[in-house]
Amino acid sequence: MLHTFVALVEDKPGVLTRVASLFRRLNINIISLTVGHSERSDVSRMTIVAEAAAGAGHRIKASLFKLENVIDVDDVGQFSCVTRELALIKVAATPHTRAPIFQLAEIFRARVVDLAPESLMLEITGVSSKIEGLIQVLMEGDNEILEISRTGRMVMRRGQHTSRVLDAMRVPSPEEEPIIPVTATGNSSLELLSGDPNHPL
Amino acid sequence: MSEQPASTTSQPTRLTGAEIVWATLEGEGVREVFGYPGGAILPIYDALRKYPIRHILVRHEQGAAHMADGYARASGKVGVAVATSGPGATNLVTGIATAMMDSVPLVCITGQISSKLLGTDAFQEVDITGITLPITKHNYVITRTQDIARVLREAFLIASSGRPGPVLVDITKDAQQGLADFDFAAAAPTPHRPHPMLSAEHDAISEAIKLILSAKRPIILAGHGVLDSNAMNQLRTLAERLQIPVASTLLGIGAFPASHELSLGMMGMHGEAWVNQAIQQSDLLIACGMRFDDRVTGVLTSYAPNAKKIHIEIDPAEINKNVKADIALIGDLREILETLLPQIAPRKDSTWIRAVNTLKGDAAVRDIKNLPDLGHLYAAHVIHDLWRATDGKAIVVTDVGQHQMWEAQYYKHDAPRTLITSGGLGTMGFALPAAIGAKIACPNKEVWVIAGDGGFQMTAAELSTLVQEHLDINIAVINNGFLGMVRQWQEFMYERNYACSPILSPDFVKLAGAHGIPGATVRSRADVLPAVETARKSGGPFLINFMVEKEDAVYPMIAPGSALDEMIRRPSNGHDPLIETSEEP
Repeated sequence: MLHTFVALVEDKPGVLTRVASLFRRLNINIISLTVGHSERSDVSRMTIVAEAAAGAGHRIKASLFKLENVIDVDDVGQFSCVTRELALIKVAATPHTRAPIFQLAEIFRARVVDLAPESLMLEITGVSSKIEGLIQVLMEGDNEILEISRTGRMVMRRGQHTSRVLDAMRVPSPEEEPIIPVTATGNSSLELLSGDPNHPL
Repeated sequence: MSEQPASTTSQPTRLTGAEIVWATLEGEGVREVFGYPGGAILPIYDALRKYPIRHILVRHEQGAAHMADGYARASGKVGVAVATSGPGATNLVTGIATAMMDSVPLVCITGQISSKLLGTDAFQEVDITGITLPITKHNYVITRTQDIARVLREAFLIASSGRPGPVLVDITKDAQQGLADFDFAAAAPTPHRPHPMLSAEHDAISEAIKLILSAKRPIILAGHGVLDSNAMNQLRTLAERLQIPVASTLLGIGAFPASHELSLGMMGMHGEAWVNQAIQQSDLLIACGMRFDDRVTGVLTSYAPNAKKIHIEIDPAEINKNVKADIALIGDLREILETLLPQIAPRKDSTWIRAVNTLKGDAAVRDIKNLPDLGHLYAAHVIHDLWRATDGKAIVVTDVGQHQMWEAQYYKHDAPRTLITSGGLGTMGFALPAAIGAKIACPNKEVWVIAGDGGFQMTAAELSTLVQEHLDINIAVINNGFLGMVRQWQEFMYERNYACSPILSPDFVKLAGAHGIPGATVRSRADVLPAVETARKSGGPFLINFMVEKEDAVYPMIAPGSALDEMIRRPSNGHDPLIETSEEP
């Protein structure tokens, strides 16, 4: 079955390798993994979707916690969540064949974000099945899909829930400490793996 | 590690990175390190003379990691290994993996080429943090001098807290050469992040007490965690108060006195028959700081089928990994036992312990007595006599294989941290370097190496280290001319096809002699005790080459895929091995 985890991790070099390596070691395939900034300046947020046995959730979560850079892990599968994925889809289309694609885009609430003589690009946001639905009708309509780029799933639990670990740590919130981009002389001095932020690695 | 020497003040001083390394180690209470110099760590070696830290020069970096490991296991403190970049770092890998599997606190410091050259395939460059990522609890690269003190202090905290483990700190040469302010106190690591999965919930505690009090046939399974959390007294109180027998894992040996009337001995693949039979008959297993390793459980589907399981463990990832726990108490074992104990009243009922004692019989003694008398020397005799001669009080450091299991069966350890052995990884070559570490940690204790003829040859170069450091360590080589455990498996499971398991050895006594170490070869039972006494009275290192029965096997044995009580027993004279199960009369 599909397991979905939200992991809050320290924003440092090498953390992604550690997380990915854990799944490799457990011989679990990652379906999608998204990483980006969170509401805290020094904390990144990952959403990890993985295919594993039904009972594997606890062990994956506990193993993630063993990584020193992981601050909090939430196995969100059991909760009511908002799930979103974004896709960019490039379709071959000439000025004469665009119109039906525009119609499809409207039905799926996709946006046209690029228009060229030989192609157009659609942006669609939603649950995975909605994105797959658009791709399917595009293909059924004999359109040639040139490229697809999907972000993978992002998940956030509904309601007032936030990380109790972060609350307990009292990590300075963005209100108290503005987000500072990490520079060579930045405040992130506990460096992992390739320590120098300016280094090509 | 909590003690801070007077030399570390809160006034920052300007030091080189190399000096900061030693000053931080000194502040962490480190008095000895094990290492080998090389190009990328020369600044650190250059600064060593200014600090009161003893450096033990090894002959191979694997030895440094094993020595730090043996030091840590014998003392309970963090062991420190130092190596240069490239091959120096990669040679540590087996030792780091050994420590990882057995939850041993190590800090390994490696030199790295200058930060500007990282990733250029410079001379002796290797991505050691990438290589050791899955076999360390955590690792770091330091490229800036001002980070050294803080990272090193954090490394000590991570290595020794929670479930202990090895931490590797890779320091670039330019960071070692740079200058920075050093303030030991200010470099203190921030308190560990809260762990939401660490909880012995109140409800679970009271459920556990209910189960414990209502159990008719309980057994305590004592693992390495008992030693790590220093819960020996609490465990003993629990066992004595409710008359619960205690079985040990290999790494749990010494956590409960072997001579105690409630001690069952080692469980699992080569555990005594009665231990495994008792576990199979039990109605409650109280697992304390152990992880239900496959060598402990036999085939999982038939493991302790009638028993509820209470799993007390600090690592949440171990819960329900192999054996499903009815109640999981996650946290520090000693704290949890201290919470449980006041709520448990003494019980007098001795029905179960009498039943276990019936199972117990005299199997170990019987097995030794039943050895065919062909005038040959058996390893069991050697271990048994060594136990008698040392009054069971020596620190015994074993290698891996048959002799390791015989040691666990026949040397009765009453005190914690007196058996040092590679359990999880099963690293041959561990014994000699780990014993050097143990002797450095406990200079006033008698230390014995017990190694097979195969494993001893893997790290025999460290004999030279032993002599250079003037260490009084005695060595018993159990020499049967085979990679004995491999041969045993080939005998039982590969139709006696002894593929590549016969091994030629040098004359170990002459090898010792070449290092200036006296020795003797023993071929008969009558000569065992006199030789052991000679070694003990020699006032320095001594090697005894015990020429034992070539094709002896470790019994009982649970073949892979068999249930815990389906054991291959030692055959009586001239008969084939017999399978004994608890169903038999």
